Amino acid sequence: MSDALATSHPKTTGPSRIVQLLGTWHGIQAYVKRNPSLGVGLAILIGLIAVSYGALLFVDPSEVDPLTARPLQPPTRDYPLGTDKLGRNLVAVMALGTPMTIRAGFTGGLVTVAVATVLAFIAAYYRGPVDRVVQWIVDVGMTIPSIVILILVALTVDTLTPTQLGLVVAAVSWFRPTRIIRAQVLSLVERPFVEVAQMSGMRGPGIIVLELIPNLLPFLIASLVNAITAIILVTIGLSTLGLGALNYPTLGTTLYNTILYAAVLQGYWWWWTAPIVVVVLLFISLLLISLGMDEFANPRLRRTA
Amino acid sequence: MYLRYLFQRVVFLFFVVITAASLNFVLPRLTGQNPIRERLAEQMLSGSAISAGVEELVATYDAKFGLDKPIWRQYLTYMGDLLRFDLGYSIPNYPRRVSDIIGEAIPWTIGLIGVSTLLSFTLGTILGALSAWRWTPQWVRFLSYPFIALSGIPFYLLGLILLFIFAFQLRWLPGNGGYGIGSVPNLSIEFALEVLRHSILPALSIVLSSIGFWAIAMRGMMVTVEGEDYMILAEAKGLKKSVIFGQYAVRNSLLPQVTNLALSLGFVMSGSVLVEVVFGYPGVGFLLFRAIQGVDYPLVQGIILVLILTLALSLLLVDLILPLIDPRIQLNRQRMN
Repeated sequence: MSDALATSHPKTTGPSRIVQLLGTWHGIQAYVKRNPSLGVGLAILIGLIAVSYGALLFVDPSEVDPLTARPLQPPTRDYPLGTDKLGRNLVAVMALGTPMTIRAGFTGGLVTVAVATVLAFIAAYYRGPVDRVVQWIVDVGMTIPSIVILILVALTVDTLTPTQLGLVVAAVSWFRPTRIIRAQVLSLVERPFVEVAQMSGMRGPGIIVLELIPNLLPFLIASLVNAITAIILVTIGLSTLGLGALNYPTLGTTLYNTILYAAVLQGYWWWWTAPIVVVVLLFISLLLISLGMDEFANPRLRRTA
Repeated sequence: MYLRYLFQRVVFLFFVVITAASLNFVLPRLTGQNPIRERLAEQMLSGSAISAGVEELVATYDAKFGLDKPIWRQYLTYMGDLLRFDLGYSIPNYPRRVSDIIGEAIPWTIGLIGVSTLLSFTLGTILGALSAWRWTPQWVRFLSYPFIALSGIPFYLLGLILLFIFAFQLRWLPGNGGYGIGSVPNLSIEFALEVLRHSILPALSIVLSSIGFWAIAMRGMMVTVEGEDYMILAEAKGLKKSVIFGQYAVRNSLLPQVTNLALSLGFVMSGSVLVEVVFGYPGVGFLLFRAIQGVDYPLVQGIILVLILTLALSLLLVDLILPLIDPRIQLNRQRMN
C-alpha cells in the first residue's frame, strides 16, 4: 500500500507515513498505549533531566568545587546526598554532571547518525567506487575494537570537555550504523517510486533528500536512540577508566573517583549510590525507549492487541 | 572456491592489523610529548632522582628506546619488532619486558571472562528459547524480565553493587584481587579454591548482566523460526513437543547465536576491562588501567595490540567456520548485496 501511495504522490510519502503513525495526538496516545515501555522510558529520561535542573535552584553550582564542604559526610539535611572525599556537595555534582553526560551522549549520537546517514545514502544510491571505498572503511573500522582507539586518543589529549569526548567517541562509532543504514537504503532504492522520481527528472541529491530520507526517517530515529545509548555507555566507561574529561563532574568521573578511593570497600555508601542510581536509571530509560521504538522503526512488528 | 575466499579473508585481516598497528604507532606521537622526559620530570618532582644531568639521562634513554631516530626509522623498527612479537620494555618497571607482563595477565582474563561468557550464553539462550515457546509456563517467562532489565546496566556498575552487598556488607566473598594477599600462586587445591572464590563476584556481575542480551537475541530468532512452514508440518506429523522444540525450533535458531558467541569471545579481552578494574582482578583489563595510570606507553600499546589481534583472529575463525557449518551462507557475499 505504501508503494502505491509512493508512486502517486512521491513528495509526500515519507512524512505521510509519520503523520499516519504519529501525526495526531490520538495517534501518539495509541502508539504509547501499544508500547508502554516508550512512555515509561521517556518519562524517566525527562524526569532525570528535570530533577537535575530543578536541583540547581536549591544548590549553588560552585559547591561542585573541591573543599567547599567537609569531606566524606553521610547524607544530612544540608547535604541530602552527602559529600565526597574531595569535599564536594554530591547534590551539586549530580545536578551538574547528569545533564553533562546526557548532552555528551546526544551530541555524539547526532553526529554519529548524521555521518552514517550521509555516507550510507551516498554509497547505496550511487554504488560503484564510492560504495566500495565506504564499505572497505566500514569493514576495517568495525574490525578494530573502538575502545582501543579511544584509549589512545584520550591518553594523548587529556583536556577534553564532556561534549568533546562525546564527539571523539562519535568519530569511531559510525561504522556499524553506516552498514545497517546502507543495507536499508539498498532495498529502498529498488522501489518503483525512485524510478518514477528519476524519470521525472529529479537528480541524485534531490531524490536522496526528498524521497529516500523521509521514507527511512523512523528507522533513522531508532538508530539515533541506539547511537546515543552506545555513546553514553562508552563515555562513562572511558571516564571510569580515568580517561577523558576528568576535570568535569560527569557521572563517569564521579564513578572513577569512587573506584580510585575504594569508596565501596571503605563503606562510603552514599558516595557511589547516587551516581549508580542515576546511571542505572539513564540506561534503563534508554533501553525502554529503544524497545518501545521497535514498532515505529519496523511497522511489521505491530501487535494486534 | 573456498580457498579463494579464505585467501581474501586473510588478506583483509592482514590490512586491518596493519592499519590498527599503525594507528597505535601514530596517535601517541601526535602530541609531541616525550614519555621518558615526563617520567623523569615526575620522578624529580617526587624527589627520587637527581636533577643534575637530566638532559644526558633523557638522551641515554631516548637512544635506548630508539626515540632519537627519524620517525620513519622508528616506524620500521616498530613494525619489525611487532613481527617478532617484541613489544619492548615497560617504562616504570624498566627491566621487565612488556610481553612477559601481558603474558602473565592473559590466563586470568581468559579464565574469568571466557568462562562467564560461556555460562551466560548457555543460560541466556535457554531462557530465550523457553520464553518464545508457546507451552512454557508463565513463571519462566516472568523470569526473563529482570534479566532483560539488568542487561541495560553496564557490567561494572552491577559489579560495584555486588561488591558492596557481598564483600562489604555480608563479607561472604573477597572483593579484591585474584587470590589472597599472602598467597603465592601454585598448583595446590587450596590455591585453586582461593582463585575460584575470588572470581565469583566478577563472574557473577558479567553473567547476570549479559544473560538478558542472549535471551533477547534467542527469543527473536525463535519467534521467526516458529513462523516457518516446517514447524506447522512438524506439528501436523504429530511429533512430540520436546522433539519439535529441541530439534526444530532451537536447532534452527542457534546458528546466529553461535556466530554472536564467537564474536563476543573476540571481545573478551576488551569487554572486561572495567570489571577487572572494579574488582582489582589481575587480568589484562586491570593491567591496562594501571598502565594508563602510570603513563606506561609501551605497555598500553602492547595491550592494545593484543586486543586487536584477538579480535582479528576470532573474526577470521568465524568467517572460516560459518560456511562449513551453514550451507546457506554464500561465499561471495559482496556479490549478493
